Amino acid sequence: MTGQLDGLIARADVCVVAMAECFRGDGEILANPIGTIPMIGGRLARATFEPDLAMTDGEARLIANDEAFEWPRGKVVEHFNPYRQMFGWVWNGRRHVVMGGTQIDQYGNQNFAAIGDYARPKVQLLGYRGAPGNTINDTTSYWVPNHTPAVLCATVDTVCGVGYDRAAALGEQAARFHEIRFVVTNLAVLDFETPDHRLRLRSVHPGVTADEVQAATGFELVVPDDVPTSRLPTPDELDLIATVIDPTGQRLKEVPG
Amino acid sequence: MKDKRCTEEEAVAELSSGMTIGIGGWGSRRKPMSVVRALLRSDVDDLTVISWGGPDVGLLCAAGKVKRLVYAFVSLDSIPLEPHFRAARQSGAVEDEPYDEGMFLLGLQAAAWRVPFLPTRVGLGSDILRDNDHLRMVASPFDDGEELVAVPALTMDAAFVHMNRTDARGNGQYLGPDPYMDDLFLGAATKRFLSAEKIIPTEDLSTEGPPQSLLISRLLVDGVIEAPNGAHFTSCDPDYPRDEAFQKAYAASAKSPEAWAEFREAWLQLSEADYQAKLRVHQ
Repeated sequence: MTGQLDGLIARADVCVVAMAECFRGDGEILANPIGTIPMIGGRLARATFEPDLAMTDGEARLIANDEAFEWPRGKVVEHFNPYRQMFGWVWNGRRHVVMGGTQIDQYGNQNFAAIGDYARPKVQLLGYRGAPGNTINDTTSYWVPNHTPAVLCATVDTVCGVGYDRAAALGEQAARFHEIRFVVTNLAVLDFETPDHRLRLRSVHPGVTADEVQAATGFELVVPDDVPTSRLPTPDELDLIATVIDPTGQRLKEVPG
Repeated sequence: MKDKRCTEEEAVAELSSGMTIGIGGWGSRRKPMSVVRALLRSDVDDLTVISWGGPDVGLLCAAGKVKRLVYAFVSLDSIPLEPHFRAARQSGAVEDEPYDEGMFLLGLQAAAWRVPFLPTRVGLGSDILRDNDHLRMVASPFDDGEELVAVPALTMDAAFVHMNRTDARGNGQYLGPDPYMDDLFLGAATKRFLSAEKIIPTEDLSTEGPPQSLLISRLLVDGVIEAPNGAHFTSCDPDYPRDEAFQKAYAASAKSPEAWAEFREAWLQLSEADYQAKLRVHQ
């Protein structure tokens, strides 16, 4: 299999495991990872250590299948879940979403609406989508397939997803459901487990140094003295990913090598 | 009994420049595109457009018909960023009224329920309160005193939605995966139009799908348009998927004024019947 020759573990598989770890301890909630590797990671979490997670087919159903895509043997439908029902879950506090971000700052503020001055943007992107509501109502994690200083940047141009500094300014009542758990990138796993909730390097993927992660980041990271290596997939996990969850190898297209 | 059947042209004739219109569907899915095409052929402009935006928004922006855009996102799904919408935003051609997706649902619901706003936690801490001056803060009148965001009712002069089936009275049926918010658009509008792939007798609706597929009641509909392939090039599952090749050609038309002029001449300056006939030749 690509990337696993010579006993090497594909970076994509390390990222999948890191995404799965985002959901550890979540129990019976809607895990809603958006993106290729997030969807595979969510499936892996459910197929192994978080069996009670509920997950979508990317459209209007919650399905029990372990496969992340295509469902050649059909979908096992658990629930009708059109968009309007998704907002029901968000507002009811039953969801952990994984979003992307064109810009993410050191407190976890996120932007995918527009680059530059919002009133007359240099680059118009998607719009606010559901980011304000997701972040103020439920646990959020982020997936960054291309960790660069432009993405992990000092200041975001527009705050779509609410970060820890903004949440703190709102006060305890308004921010009581806010949690940004992890930022998983193609280089590392980061969290906010610092006194002032600044982004901290939690682990580096095999073959990546802490200095390389800092160099790819547009602000100063909190870097502990000893940075562990991200958890490697077990042989059983690798088998599950390659034969059941993502047999066509879509993860390797998102993160090559 | 009222006869609500009409054409796209007759529906668009009910509009005038400066109106606020809502367009159902979601992204590049089940959009009332035959009505959008009729609107593009009309001289109506200066519109405020409320939409879960897809190529409806892009086309109306490219044609210079939009004054103000009320939206949570604009996307072609398989092409994440809508190029004509981007161009309009980046050139400052349209006024911008952004919402979070959940807020957008509440705004439509508020309008359909005839209340001025609905409260939510959504928006607290984000820049949407900076960028949308229609949003306000409201304090809970109860002992908790919680500070919440008030999302204004998104009322509209006219709304257009596209269904898989309908009867002639406007009992509309979706057969695809998601109802989206089409019923709320009709509830929020003064003039309400439903196009559908097929108009069928009322007694046949129950053979097409279960009762819960009957999303739209005739109580919400003034005009019914039969529009086979009317959502093209957006998807209208299970009747047909998105025409990805056509959508790519549409997206490429944003590359230059010449490309847009070419696309417009080839596909937008002809009647709906001629458009559909031309499509059949191309496929």
